[in-house]
Amino acid sequence: MTAPLLYALVGAMLCGIGLFGLLRLSHLLRKLLAFNIMGSGVFLVMVGLPQHQGGQDPVPQALVLTGIVVAIAATALAIVLIRRYYHLSGMTSLEGETTSREGGPE
Amino acid sequence: MIWTLRTLFIAVVCLAFTGVLAASIWTIADKPSPVNLPQLLSENLDRSGVEHPVTAVLLNFRSYDTLLEIGVLVIAGIAGISMAKTATLEDPELRTSDSLLYALQRWFVPLMLVLAGYLLWAGSDRPGGAFQAGAVLAATGVLMRLGGIPMEFLRPGRLLRLGLALGFTVFLLVAVASAIGGEAFLAYPPGITKTLIVIIESVLTLSIAMVLLALFVSAPVNDAEDSEEGSSS
Repeated sequence: MTAPLLYALVGAMLCGIGLFGLLRLSHLLRKLLAFNIMGSGVFLVMVGLPQHQGGQDPVPQALVLTGIVVAIAATALAIVLIRRYYHLSGMTSLEGETTSREGGPE
Repeated sequence: MIWTLRTLFIAVVCLAFTGVLAASIWTIADKPSPVNLPQLLSENLDRSGVEHPVTAVLLNFRSYDTLLEIGVLVIAGIAGISMAKTATLEDPELRTSDSLLYALQRWFVPLMLVLAGYLLWAGSDRPGGAFQAGAVLAATGVLMRLGGIPMEFLRPGRLLRLGLALGFTVFLLVAVASAIGGEAFLAYPPGITKTLIVIIESVLTLSIAMVLLALFVSAPVNDAEDSEEGSSS
């Protein structure tokens, strides 16, 4: 058990936590945050696992760097879409998810 | 009751997912990887034109990824701008008369610009590069917008479109030019590799900063009509 392996396992845990949030929460911003937590978990696995196997590996690190930038842009675009949706419908959760407690006027 | 059962079910599914993932990580952790990528990289590093391995991977060995990435960014930026209803990317309501904030910005904005330039150049032999510099540049823009410094150049007109598309266009031009010149697609001709990488990194920095700033600015929907439409229901 080395520190990089621990990172990879924590990444797997983050994936699980993110998946739970994505399925369970109904507020769209929370869903987005949960999705980002899942993505961070994937990044941790991608950096931690090769480092455990053979020292620092610049190839997955570069891929993760690319992934982080794309994730930021996708998150920003998702926020723009969510705000637009809120302004058009007045709701903070998708239709059909009636269990929402923090939803807007319905 | 159904609500609790559903939560329980989701929790069980997520636990199973985490368990399978952790188990597979545990299994492959002790197997040696079939290709020794770090060694392969360090052997070819002097051909890449830069000294830092991560930059070499990003801009040379796997530049396809970076090209597609900036393409994704440009598409996200265009989508964000088309969603915004503001005529100009500078919000007059945010313009502040706070003299302390203004004085602070007069110190911070030039410093951050210098830092972005340093990060861009540092990418060739230490951690740094286009993405970090672009992020700092975008943060400078966010600070300027929140502090209300006039940013007339950010109207979604020609200049912004040019800034958005510049990185992708130059990158694609270099790739196609090297392909026409007889090399493989995206293989830089030997000799001017470092020059090409520096040019591409510079325009990438500008484009990434533009995309991030455009997405930040287009997030609030300020139109009064729109908000009434939402609250009337």
